[in-house]
Amino acid sequence: MATTNPRNLSEQMPASGFKKFWADYSESPLAVAALIVFLTILFIAIFAPFISPTNPYDLATVDIMNSRLPPGSEDFSGNLFILGTDGAGRDMLSSIFYGLRVSLGVGAFSGLVALVFGAIMGLSAAYFGGRYETLVMRVVDIQLSFPSILMALVILAIFGKGVEKTIIALILVQWAYYARAARASALVEKNKEYVEAAKCLALSDRRIILSHITPNCMAPLIVVGTLQTAHAISLEATLSFLGLGLPITEPSLGLLIGNGFEFMYSGDYWISIFPGVALLITIVSINLVGDQLRDIFNPRLQR
Amino acid sequence: MTAFILRRSLQSVFVLFVMSLLVFIGVNLVGNPVDMLINPEADQAEIERVIRDLGLDRPVTEQYWYFLVNAFQGDLGKSFVFGEPALKLIIQRMPATFELALFSLLIAIVFGIPLGIYAGLKPNSKISKTIMAGSILGFSMPTFWVGIILIMFFAVHLGWLPSTGRGELGTFLGVTSSIFTLDGLSHIFLPAFNLALFKLSSVIRLARAGTREIILQDYIKFARAKGLSESRVINVHLLKNILIPIVTVIGLEFGSLIAFSTVTETVFAWPGMGKLIIEAIYNLDRPIVVAYLMIIVFIFVTLNLVVDITYSFLDPRVRIKGEA
Amino acid sequence: MTPILQINDLKTHFFTKAGVLKAVDGVSLEIGAGEIVGLVGESGSGKSITGFSIIGLVDAPGRIVGGEILFKGQNLTNLSPQEMQQFRGNRVAMIFQDPMMTLNPVLRIETQMIEAIQAHDPSISRTDAHARSRDTLGLVGISSPEERMRAYPHQFSGGMRQRVSIAIAMLNKPDLIIADEPTTALDVTIQGQVIHEMQRLCRETKTALLWITHDLAVVAGIAERICVMYAGRIVEQGLNTKVISNPIHPYTRGLLGSVPAQNRRGEPLQQIEGMVPSLLNLPEGCAFQNRCSLLTERCSLTPPDVTKTDDGRLVRCFNVTQGDTA
Repeated sequence: MATTNPRNLSEQMPASGFKKFWADYSESPLAVAALIVFLTILFIAIFAPFISPTNPYDLATVDIMNSRLPPGSEDFSGNLFILGTDGAGRDMLSSIFYGLRVSLGVGAFSGLVALVFGAIMGLSAAYFGGRYETLVMRVVDIQLSFPSILMALVILAIFGKGVEKTIIALILVQWAYYARAARASALVEKNKEYVEAAKCLALSDRRIILSHITPNCMAPLIVVGTLQTAHAISLEATLSFLGLGLPITEPSLGLLIGNGFEFMYSGDYWISIFPGVALLITIVSINLVGDQLRDIFNPRLQR
Repeated sequence: MTAFILRRSLQSVFVLFVMSLLVFIGVNLVGNPVDMLINPEADQAEIERVIRDLGLDRPVTEQYWYFLVNAFQGDLGKSFVFGEPALKLIIQRMPATFELALFSLLIAIVFGIPLGIYAGLKPNSKISKTIMAGSILGFSMPTFWVGIILIMFFAVHLGWLPSTGRGELGTFLGVTSSIFTLDGLSHIFLPAFNLALFKLSSVIRLARAGTREIILQDYIKFARAKGLSESRVINVHLLKNILIPIVTVIGLEFGSLIAFSTVTETVFAWPGMGKLIIEAIYNLDRPIVVAYLMIIVFIFVTLNLVVDITYSFLDPRVRIKGEA
Repeated sequence: MTPILQINDLKTHFFTKAGVLKAVDGVSLEIGAGEIVGLVGESGSGKSITGFSIIGLVDAPGRIVGGEILFKGQNLTNLSPQEMQQFRGNRVAMIFQDPMMTLNPVLRIETQMIEAIQAHDPSISRTDAHARSRDTLGLVGISSPEERMRAYPHQFSGGMRQRVSIAIAMLNKPDLIIADEPTTALDVTIQGQVIHEMQRLCRETKTALLWITHDLAVVAGIAERICVMYAGRIVEQGLNTKVISNPIHPYTRGLLGSVPAQNRRGEPLQQIEGMVPSLLNLPEGCAFQNRCSLLTERCSLTPPDVTKTDDGRLVRCFNVTQGDTA
């Protein structure tokens, strides 16, 4: 593998590569189920406006008279609220669909930006080495020694609240994980012969990093990315629950849960619990997919 | 050994210094220090007076010097909301947070290590699989949501345990804490369990992974060949070896318990410094935020130091290297 | 000489997902009091499993499925786990291959020694156990044992650690020590010292020794009798001098032929063709058939039984008479 030209490799890989990947992946029925659940959630999140029974943020359709209806109730005009309604009379099911959209959107976007930024830092640190590497990795180490919730709180405390600021906080919290993973695998790759061969061809550093090293470091990054996205969604939900994350205009699952919290003491459990269940299913399914990917890509467990 | 402790202490002081610089930059250069440190409701004359008091009209390096000197003297500004020194407010609430975090840590260790060892010794039994499934769930569930479920089930539905506040405090050996009264214990149980769940999962995983690795070692087999009882093999030969990584992680995790207690304290209305900082961020009470950050950095750095030293006591291999 | 240990038709099998692995399949062997017996075989021949079977430490999924292990007439395979625990380390001790791995890295030497004494006699005080441990350390040639008692394993060299293991094995004055490749991981010079030391100690204390190794040269130097194991069975056993000077079984001959010896300088070394067969699917008949130079038709039909030769050796081969070049 090490001596194969990566270009040839990528040309041969797709057909047989995907088949092998799927054969490995489907070894665990639990992981397959988790993937199906996750794809369903993704579908709901993307098409929420089309499949939701109502638009919970269209004030014309929301009737305050319908507030806090238990699951399965109907209003006077015969609309069914399968999961009940919240304090403002919004349909919980629709709110959850829209909430998934916001939660997944914020999680995926911040994860993607953090991945790109973190990977660039990690790969360049490994490739160039020296003082630059020491500096980058020292920052990464210091940041990783503090829990992510604390980092996020610090960033929000300095910058203030808001959608962009929450996303910035999530990116700043996550990039270090990607940087560490990217550097670790790049350190292994950069001493392989194909990189030496590329250097002998006098290719530019940029080209060697981007088209030679990066493709070979993708597997660990994908694994970290999957698990980090679940983490980012959970963190965003926590911040929004605390009232420090997304504003009321962008209601994520965390905010829905937070809104329902006050009603719980009066026994109206559904306002808080159902968005929580949706959040939990999302996180668990992503984590299970990530765990399985890690097992597949782990060279020590290579079958 | 003394040289080792001294060297690590100096490193800690250096990190503390760097972090104070970062917090200073965060507050004074990234944000607008006037917004950050002055009550937004103050009038123009008041603002100018405070700017002079805080030295904001002087060069940045000089400002940092004053920040350091003041911080060293325990002056980290006054809370806008309470009108009292920020440091004092935080220190008042610190015992509640520490008590919660320590109690959680206790739960995580007391239950986590035996469960993890069991799962490691009998990886294929049904009980082990249940333990591991539980730990995956414990990892995945956001702390705040678990808190809500606990409140719903044990406080609202069953009505067994209270869900807010610290309850009655008791004093024992000069330490005042909830855990010395029955009422206090009933109050601390839910939040502590909530906070512990995540750590419990990671302790179980660590103990299980350690057990599975160590149990295959020759020295375990040799210990058995000596005719030692199974309980001595597990409780001495195995446990002492798996404790090394667990102690390292747990020590550092104590800091993360304090960080995550922000969430748990908010959910359970626990009057600790975590709840205070969330309210401070919410109310833009910046002196409290700055003071909290400095204190938390101090706690983390100290913990790292203590963990390193404990680790060197536990693992003779590191200790000897430190002496050399 | 009454045997202190008598193994009759021992079978230890491993029940793996891929099938039943017959690691030990019908081993019979005797060790007399104070006798040194060498058990020789390639890795995977079942020699170590034989040793672990004796002290009842066969790891799952393996277990003893047949035969008996008689220690002074008492069948060890019938003992309860508690009785077995009391037995091992007391009457029979074991020493392992890699001295770097056999001592617990986080416990002091004294802890690891004293616990071995108190596990078998809780009535012994810590002070007495400490004194006995220190004396035993001195006995195996460790200088200033009193100080070394407080040390941790990583403060010893490999050879010294193996001496400590030997001391631990001797603590309870066992009747038999099973030494599983105790010198393989050591430098050659240290090897010699440890072998010499073991031989001296066993002679002085009249302890029997079962020396398990892949190295025929080592046992040739110390053992009174030699058992050669192949694919879970003992294919040849007899007195050291006889087996070394005049091997009968083609496998023993192959082993001896592959040892570089002075008298054949310049000639190419012989080697045994092929590989050890997988224990999961052994061929019908003799396990050695596909590597044997004396192959006949019946070898592939039934496994050969044990034949007793005129000089008292036990050999599992149909072609003993043809092969006997004596």
